[in-house]
Amino acid sequence: METTVATTTPEGDVWGGGNQPLRASYGKMMMWFFIVSDALTFSGFLAAYGFSRFKFVNAWPIADEVFTHFPFLHGVPAPMFYVAFMTFVLIFSSVTMVLAVDAGHKMQQSKVAMYMFLTIIGGAIFVGSQAWEWATFIKGDYGAVETRGGKILQFLDTEGSRVAIGSFAQPMQSTAIEHQESNGVWFMGGNEQTSYNLEEVTAGFLANDNLLIRTQYLDENGHPTVLSREASIAKIKKDGKLVVEGANLKRNEYGHPLFADFFFFITGFHGFHVFSGVMINIIIFFNVVIGTYERRKSYEMVEKVGLYWHFVDLVWVFVFTFFYLV
Amino acid sequence: MGHHEHSLAIFRGRLKFKTIEQKIWGVFIFLSIITIVEVVFGIIKPESLMVPFISSFEGGFMATMANIFLSPFIFMKPLNLIFIVLTIVKAYYITWDFMHMRDEKKALRRMVVWTAIFLICYLVLILLVEGDYIFEVYKNNYIKFDF
Repeated sequence: METTVATTTPEGDVWGGGNQPLRASYGKMMMWFFIVSDALTFSGFLAAYGFSRFKFVNAWPIADEVFTHFPFLHGVPAPMFYVAFMTFVLIFSSVTMVLAVDAGHKMQQSKVAMYMFLTIIGGAIFVGSQAWEWATFIKGDYGAVETRGGKILQFLDTEGSRVAIGSFAQPMQSTAIEHQESNGVWFMGGNEQTSYNLEEVTAGFLANDNLLIRTQYLDENGHPTVLSREASIAKIKKDGKLVVEGANLKRNEYGHPLFADFFFFITGFHGFHVFSGVMINIIIFFNVVIGTYERRKSYEMVEKVGLYWHFVDLVWVFVFTFFYLV
Repeated sequence: MGHHEHSLAIFRGRLKFKTIEQKIWGVFIFLSIITIVEVVFGIIKPESLMVPFISSFEGGFMATMANIFLSPFIFMKPLNLIFIVLTIVKAYYITWDFMHMRDEKKALRRMVVWTAIFLICYLVLILLVEGDYIFEVYKNNYIKFDF
């Protein structure tokens, strides 16, 4: 064996611990290893999303019809615009981060501080936007009826545009008695209350001749199937079970509940990463301001937290594609 | 750690920048253009890109092989293929220029990138094939339980 080992350097230099075969410091290399493992975690989530979507590929919600809102533009359908804005914010905060890293290499303390500050602002805007996106998704849009088989029926007028259940339901004196804390030993909360119950929606639907039902199933052109008036009436009478408004982990007015589950889980996990990134950036920002890295004569901590921040941006690029585009 | 050289060229040396700041802004503009293209395609969804380019081959072994090798063009909508390719391009420039992978040693680069790419491709292949199989079972529903 000894003959095959190159002996140009003394053994101590190679194995003594002082040398860097990959020319990266311990901390930076460990950050890369963490990023690889975290990338595999996110890939696991996205691949699981793909698995579930392929299972129900002919009944999956169309993202364009789900995320159509933009703040302050009420009633104006703006599919994709808000998430495009969020993507730009995150890419831009990546740019300020990499500028901070570069200023750190040049030992320019005040520039690093300024760019770190801008990165933190960008991250905060992104997390806030994600909270708004969640709130809009949870609140819902038009409302729908869930069938006994757990499928979603949505309402259209004869021109093919969506109709909100609130605009045609006929309010009645409610006959349902809500289960309350006062008459239950183990009160776990009642069913979620919707603004109208199934009876009211059905009565309104039967009274309006221009309403049709759209099912979750996509036809060969990729559009949800619209039933005829007769079929619609038969469907809601025979299969209707309850009214769904908005989305949560059990029900989803936009379509398959798994879509909502994965949306909450993946964007939530990503949002948690952004939030942690902002927190870490704040810590590093204060260290820059009080001159810790000036005294250390190295801004490598900024570079390491920068790697994490860019990784968060990288994950968003994939989440954006697979949740909103594809 | 130590200051190593930054490479200032992108697109395989076709576009060279004078300073590192200029390269960062150049990459930012490039990523922005890609994102705008994605959003525009996502809103318009051109009809011509919504059906696969070629239909699947019928026949024996060679047809099956052709279907496998050309699967992105046979079984995917061209629009989705474009989105995925653009996403990978974006991921490349984020990793290479923002995360400075371009300036790392080849061994570190391969350790990170090849490991991730291999494991992700493997996992995605397995899960998507299985998902498609379950879809077929639900659709044809001649197996109720043992699948």
